[in-house]
Amino acid sequence: MSQPYLEITGLKKTYGFKPVLRGIDLAVEQGQRMALLGANGAGKTTLLRILAGLTEPDAGEARIGGLDIARDAQLVRRVVGFVAHQPYLYDELTAMENLLFFGRMYAVKGCKEQAIILLERVGLAKRAKERASALSRGQAQRLALARALLHAPRLLLLDEPDSGLDEDGIALLEALLDEHIRGGGAVLFTTHQLEHAMRWSDRIGLLSGGRMTYQSETDGLEAGSVRQAYQEALR
Amino acid sequence: MMFIDQTLAILWKDIRCELRSKQTWMGMGMFALLALVIFNFAFDLRADNKAAIAPGALWVAFVFASLLGLGRTIAAEREKGLMDRLMLCPVDRKAIYLAKLLGNLLFIGVVEVVALPVFAALFNVPLFGALLPIVLLGTLGVATIGTLFSAMAAATQARELLLPILVFPLIVPVVIGAVRATGDLMVSSVNQPPWIGLMAAFDVIFLSVSMLTFEFVIKE
Repeated sequence: MSQPYLEITGLKKTYGFKPVLRGIDLAVEQGQRMALLGANGAGKTTLLRILAGLTEPDAGEARIGGLDIARDAQLVRRVVGFVAHQPYLYDELTAMENLLFFGRMYAVKGCKEQAIILLERVGLAKRAKERASALSRGQAQRLALARALLHAPRLLLLDEPDSGLDEDGIALLEALLDEHIRGGGAVLFTTHQLEHAMRWSDRIGLLSGGRMTYQSETDGLEAGSVRQAYQEALR
Repeated sequence: MMFIDQTLAILWKDIRCELRSKQTWMGMGMFALLALVIFNFAFDLRADNKAAIAPGALWVAFVFASLLGLGRTIAAEREKGLMDRLMLCPVDRKAIYLAKLLGNLLFIGVVEVVALPVFAALFNVPLFGALLPIVLLGTLGVATIGTLFSAMAAATQARELLLPILVFPLIVPVVIGAVRATGDLMVSSVNQPPWIGLMAAFDVIFLSVSMLTFEFVIKE
């Protein structure tokens, strides 16, 4: 077994008096996709925000590619691509300008060429010069995906990436995840769609009440057993 | 090198967004012009009281117009979740501060360029070349503190109320210096403190403290 690319040990986070994460342990290897399931408020987004460096944990440790997320935050940001459940684009900038701006933030070499390739890949080449505000929800989400891939991250953190995407968008997302994995990357994503979790991941984890209550390899797993664990967690 | 490029990239983005939305400049400009016009009609301007009234009117217009723009510096990005997106990038937080400060200086500067000739015409005062360093230093002081506290206020719900409450007490030395230095240009007086030096000293302190603390202010 290879060294985990993402390794989380005893991660805890409390907002005020409300514990959101109560000691999370998980590992994702290179070339592996892990799906996180859980009800609203289970702590999925908080976990991803901590890994992306947006929120500081109260306790525990997380390492990405051997880098500590707290001590080496700036280096970690270079190897992580993040897609939130909202696209978070600059409405006044065009699709191309959005990518060029973030390309400069990540000091991407050959940024314009890379942006053109990615816009083509996500099916937005013809809308490159249109403002982000003119894009539909699904198109904006595709642009957010392109932005997350612009600096060739090793780890993709995706918070409900399937929200707002039509069937073509879902197929595109699946293809992009496959390409990323074939390139040796790792993926951790959250979703409410059990079907997507089963199809896109190598492992499934279930977060409930701030704890990882269920983890299993997807291969050979029956959706029924996950659904049962999910229902039990909701009780 | 990367620090400069990232600073310029954020500045470019802010300018482009503002040029297309025109939300900040228009409001600031209209406020400054309206304030000058109203002050002009409200006071009984005479040659002997002009030096006492005109500098105050000018700086009230500039400071309040600046606060209108400063309030939107980070609030607009935070409201849309874009500040988080920016924080995900491997960018030095000082670069974000510097870019926001430069953007604010530019926006306020444009408003001042428009408002100064109107001020000169309405208050019948010549535009001295010596007014330039006073306006520059005064604006820098207001923008430096305003940019820092706009990040702090943007995280709260009552940001429109909180920003002036936080900023006004701190910029008092700079505003007093700016008003008195502007007044000295109209009527030369003896034994005045070195207002410009005082403003420059406060600007340096404000800038240093703001650069050092901005990182902690925008952290969740």
